[in-house]
Amino acid sequence: MGDAFSWLYSDVVKDHFMNPKNVFNPDEGFEPDAQGMTGNVKCGDQMLFMLKLKDDVIEDVRWKTYGCASAIASTSMLSEVVKGLTIKDAYNIKPDDIAQRLGGLPDNKIHCSVLGDKALRAAIDDHLAKTGREGAFRNEGARIICTCLNVSDRDIEDAVKQGARDWEGLQARTKIGTVCGGCKKEAEELLHEYVHIFAEE
Amino acid sequence: MSSRRVYMDYNATTPLHPSVQEAMVRDLEIFANASSMHEDGRKARGRVEEARKAVAELIGCGDNPEQIVFTSGGSESNNTVFATMFHLGRKGPRRGIITSAIEHPCVLNAAKWLESEGFPVTFLKVDEYGKLDMSQLKASLGPDTLLVSIMAANNEIGTIQDMAEIGALAKASGAYFHSDATQAVGKIPVCADDWKADYLTMSCHKLYGPKGVGALYLRKGAPLEPLIRGGHQEHGHRAGTYNNIGILGFGQAARLAKEELPEYARRVFALRNKLRDGLVAAIPKVRVNGHPVNVLPNTLNLSFPGAEGEAILLYLDLAGIEVSTGSACASGSLEPSHVLLATGVGPELAHGSIRFSLGRATSEEDVDYIIEQLPPIIKRLRAMSTVEA
Repeated sequence: MGDAFSWLYSDVVKDHFMNPKNVFNPDEGFEPDAQGMTGNVKCGDQMLFMLKLKDDVIEDVRWKTYGCASAIASTSMLSEVVKGLTIKDAYNIKPDDIAQRLGGLPDNKIHCSVLGDKALRAAIDDHLAKTGREGAFRNEGARIICTCLNVSDRDIEDAVKQGARDWEGLQARTKIGTVCGGCKKEAEELLHEYVHIFAEE
Repeated sequence: MSSRRVYMDYNATTPLHPSVQEAMVRDLEIFANASSMHEDGRKARGRVEEARKAVAELIGCGDNPEQIVFTSGGSESNNTVFATMFHLGRKGPRRGIITSAIEHPCVLNAAKWLESEGFPVTFLKVDEYGKLDMSQLKASLGPDTLLVSIMAANNEIGTIQDMAEIGALAKASGAYFHSDATQAVGKIPVCADDWKADYLTMSCHKLYGPKGVGALYLRKGAPLEPLIRGGHQEHGHRAGTYNNIGILGFGQAARLAKEELPEYARRVFALRNKLRDGLVAAIPKVRVNGHPVNVLPNTLNLSFPGAEGEAILLYLDLAGIEVSTGSACASGSLEPSHVLLATGVGPELAHGSIRFSLGRATSEEDVDYIIEQLPPIIKRLRAMSTVEA
């Protein structure tokens, strides 16, 4: 402490920011078996995650980003954590787990850190598609948001990917919040988050 | 962390000029209320009035110092003008507000507040250099225009507007003319009369004075509705016990700014151009934002395609270099700099922008240090980037 950096980010974040692990280097000759890209440069953050796989176990990873310190540090941490995991376990890693390992992130930076997690899942989805199991993990680790109609965060994410941009668009695709409506606030926050990550053009 | 610190964020705020600090410390014992009639009160008031004269002289109206109203800063000065327009517009036939898309948030949000109250508001466009679209200004002015409010120089990209021309057009249409001159004062010559300004905003902490003090120039006869009601201070324009130590610091800062302006401008402009040339030569594909000529002498705004601004800022910070960025990630919002977007550079270049604002203490060595430190940072970020530079 007493470090001018510490008010903004933890020492762990700082270390991963200064020395990010597993960054893709074209001179290495890393040949990915699967990869996924998410985010949008117009929004100021974009992430590419690459996987080397054997029998559904992640042997090695590389990543690239156009992103801020949080995106760099959290993806660096994520890249260390997923090595040796099965694709199913990797798919279930929550952004919160990464943020905790980083010693926390400022509230307004959490959304930057989920980018690595989304890119990782896109890469795993790519692998599943290549091996004839498209969408197999759709409901892995999903969290139910609308308890009346069993709509999960993944369903909201999918709806955004398919074109939902506002509450009405989301309801048209998922019927979310059409019974008691108690989930609206949380669902709208997720909608906003996913529109930012997947849809803003 | 580097032990070396290079402060390049003078448009955000400035340190106290040693002579301002000296003047403030010397008079810190003057505690009396500057509105009191007794000797100590009169002494405090004397310092306030000396400061008023010095601030008036800085903007070329030294013969009429009573046109200066002291406030808590630029945001208060700007808000006072917009609150005044709210009251005028409710009573009179004129309600149109014209401002620009690149104003400081305190003007933009005050204008949006008037818009929400039913006032027609025009946010004028700027060109790729941040210069106001004069034909749009001419087309927007009309018999219902109440106020034209245009910043003299932009805080992010440093572009200076043609204030005399804008003022003449505004006055010819019968509108009031306000300029937020917060970034201009002390960096370029400012003359309220030449600009035909009815209102002009100043902030003390941008010119090596203390924070929490500002001023609003008010042309004789221009209406003013107080934002803060209370006692009779400042001819009833702004109530509240005088911040006499802050105000005397403002006075001393204004004196020095006027005295040092030609030498300051010449020196920082040479350093700014050296920094620009050094970085453009050392880093491929740098874009220089802002106007090439009509620009504040201390402000350099660059975009680095392929590298994200907050990451650049924090790597620079680790090297001891303090700057600011137009990236959304640094602002806490999801939108990058509204100023750069208004110049049409596109979101990616706005996210990858860095503002260097130089000041009195900036040295050749500071500039050399940045030219040495920044290129490897950009190279490294571009190497890990998903975006081609």
